[in-house]
Amino acid sequence: MDVAEIYRTLTDIFHDVFGDDSISVLPDLTANDVDEWDSLTHIRLILTVEKAFNVKFSASEISKPKKVEDLVELIHSKAH
Amino acid sequence: MSPDLFRDLTWLPQPPPDFSVHCRRLLDSTPPYGARLRALASHALNENQLNRLAKLMATARESRSDLKPLMPLRLGVVSNATVDFIVPSLVATAMRHGIALECVTAEYDQVLQNALSPHSTINRAQPDAVLVAIDYRALPLRCALGGIKEVENTVRQALGYIETVRAGLKAHSKTVCILQTIAPPAERLFGSFDRILPGTLRNIIDRVNFGIAESVCGTEDLVLDVAGLAETVGLANWHSPAEWNLAKLPFSNSYLPLYAEHVARLLSAWRGRSRRVLILDLDNTVWGGVIGDDGLEGIQCAQGDPTGEAFLTTQRLALELRERGIVLTVSSKNNDEVARLPFRKHPEMLLKEEHIAVFQANWNDKATNIRAIAHELSLGLDSMVFLDDNPVERNLVRQLLPEVAVPELPGDPALYARTLAAAGYFESIVFSDEDVKRARYYQDNARRVGLQKDAGDIDAYLASLQMEITFQPFDEAGRARIAQLINKSNQYNLTTKRYTEAEVASAERDPTCFTLQIRLSDIFGDNGMISVVICRPRALAEWQIDTWLMSCRVLGRRVEQMVLREVVDHAKRRGIRWLIGTYRPTDRNKLVEDHYAKLRFSHIGQDADGTTTWSLDASSATIETAFMVVRSIGFPKATDSHDA
Repeated sequence: MDVAEIYRTLTDIFHDVFGDDSISVLPDLTANDVDEWDSLTHIRLILTVEKAFNVKFSASEISKPKKVEDLVELIHSKAH
Repeated sequence: MSPDLFRDLTWLPQPPPDFSVHCRRLLDSTPPYGARLRALASHALNENQLNRLAKLMATARESRSDLKPLMPLRLGVVSNATVDFIVPSLVATAMRHGIALECVTAEYDQVLQNALSPHSTINRAQPDAVLVAIDYRALPLRCALGGIKEVENTVRQALGYIETVRAGLKAHSKTVCILQTIAPPAERLFGSFDRILPGTLRNIIDRVNFGIAESVCGTEDLVLDVAGLAETVGLANWHSPAEWNLAKLPFSNSYLPLYAEHVARLLSAWRGRSRRVLILDLDNTVWGGVIGDDGLEGIQCAQGDPTGEAFLTTQRLALELRERGIVLTVSSKNNDEVARLPFRKHPEMLLKEEHIAVFQANWNDKATNIRAIAHELSLGLDSMVFLDDNPVERNLVRQLLPEVAVPELPGDPALYARTLAAAGYFESIVFSDEDVKRARYYQDNARRVGLQKDAGDIDAYLASLQMEITFQPFDEAGRARIAQLINKSNQYNLTTKRYTEAEVASAERDPTCFTLQIRLSDIFGDNGMISVVICRPRALAEWQIDTWLMSCRVLGRRVEQMVLREVVDHAKRRGIRWLIGTYRPTDRNKLVEDHYAKLRFSHIGQDADGTTTWSLDASSATIETAFMVVRSIGFPKATDSHDA
């Protein structure tokens, strides 16, 4: 799966999880930029990502990504 | 991942692709919002969609909007796990069941404290009911292996803990408690021996669950059978060690929509909103095949044939439901006599006429018939469930009578019964003498009732189907199917003339013969070839309509009107002025007795055997167009396509 495709799918996921269709999912986006991105919503986000890309993350992997770019890299390393 | 019946609630229709747009617009419309919220909630929503809907509800509440006709209900939730994810799913799912749910949650892992203190969050809120959402991790279940005394003691302590919570909540909130049975972990210690050896977790949890069920018997409290739910989806799917470690989620989040659905169902049943009537379609729902075309010997509902057994399973479930007080009725597009035949004469049919309270077999739309059934039984539409294999019928009823529950059905009839059961429409918290009597009360007559006025705007529904009709002359590719339809169609068949494939081929090659094979597709997919017409020259400028037949599956969709339009169009182009139609009665085709009259042909003759003859002046006939795109393909010396 190429990176552009991951960004496209992630955009839909962000809109769904945060209930806000105006979020632009760019590499530098962090939790600070999205009002509702707290620890609970982060988990919801990760679980939705796992389902959508059919991948599983370990507990240590989940806490690592600091911005969208890191998350995309993590997905890219797992999704085929 | 392919859709899973339970995890993905596949008995519910899929949400519209622009679900978020529907959500955004909802609060811009005029209140009350209740019915629209409920309609949105009635789809197979995932957790994120449920969240969005819950937020919508919160916004509506903040602005003190009118939520009618949703029924307000306040639910307390106490748990040893994280309930932050559960609550929005519960709120949104409750709307599906007509409830405006307000949740009050206790602090994380503060079950006992909240139950016992009169000033706790829960007790101060005085909820109508409290969900005691605890799992095996909340209970002191460890003990030495093998010692029966110690095991009994452990079980007593676990039940004692639950009892203390319950008593506290009842003393301070005067509330109804909903206790959960305990889903055992998937991991075993010995293996199968775990069931037998006292002191294993499996063995203890079996005893605790038995104790929980016993303790609510004869009280006003309720049980939510989480253990049963986890068994159904598989313990290894239900429990997610990773999600527990990550956020103390009591079960895998994938099952949140299912869990919420079961809680909401129980609340709805508790508030007396269970459904009571099952309306059955017949052809391809209760038996395989079409009784009017395939006949008594042709339909499938016999042991020894896998398809037949699938339909018998559906019949068996219907009978079991009847025994617990659900009223069975029939709505089928058929002649009454023909539809009753399998009930009377088929040796392997489990359902008999005496099991059916109201029997509506006619050619009217099903929404009108369902209204008549509700009226006859003096029950509301919201107590009805309608089972039909045909997606067009299902959506018609959903659109015109949104109160009626209409499950989606999978392609394989082997799964009809499981799907209907999984949908849980008949969830109930009691089984009374009245339920037993109800079946007997309605046991009599499979009566037929008259129809009141039509249920609603069928035209708007037909337009929404985005039908596309394709006309072609006979050709080699269609020949086998044309011959099959000619030899199989009994009901919508004006002359019931049978032709071999060779005879079909000769009509195809005969330049004086005008032939049509007709296909229809709609938003649900391609229906394939659904109608056949053959016209032969009779006199100068006259066509005899030798064959006109149609599949009953597309009845009531104005197909015949469009077919006539096409025939008239070609007739004019070929200098034909008169169309002569005949209706030859058989014991199966009473349905089309008035076919030509309805299409405004003039009656010009009647034979002793009941055959009637009709004519239409093609040069002056104007035939209205219906809501469909028309394609004409492969006709000589004509434009290849035109749109209506």
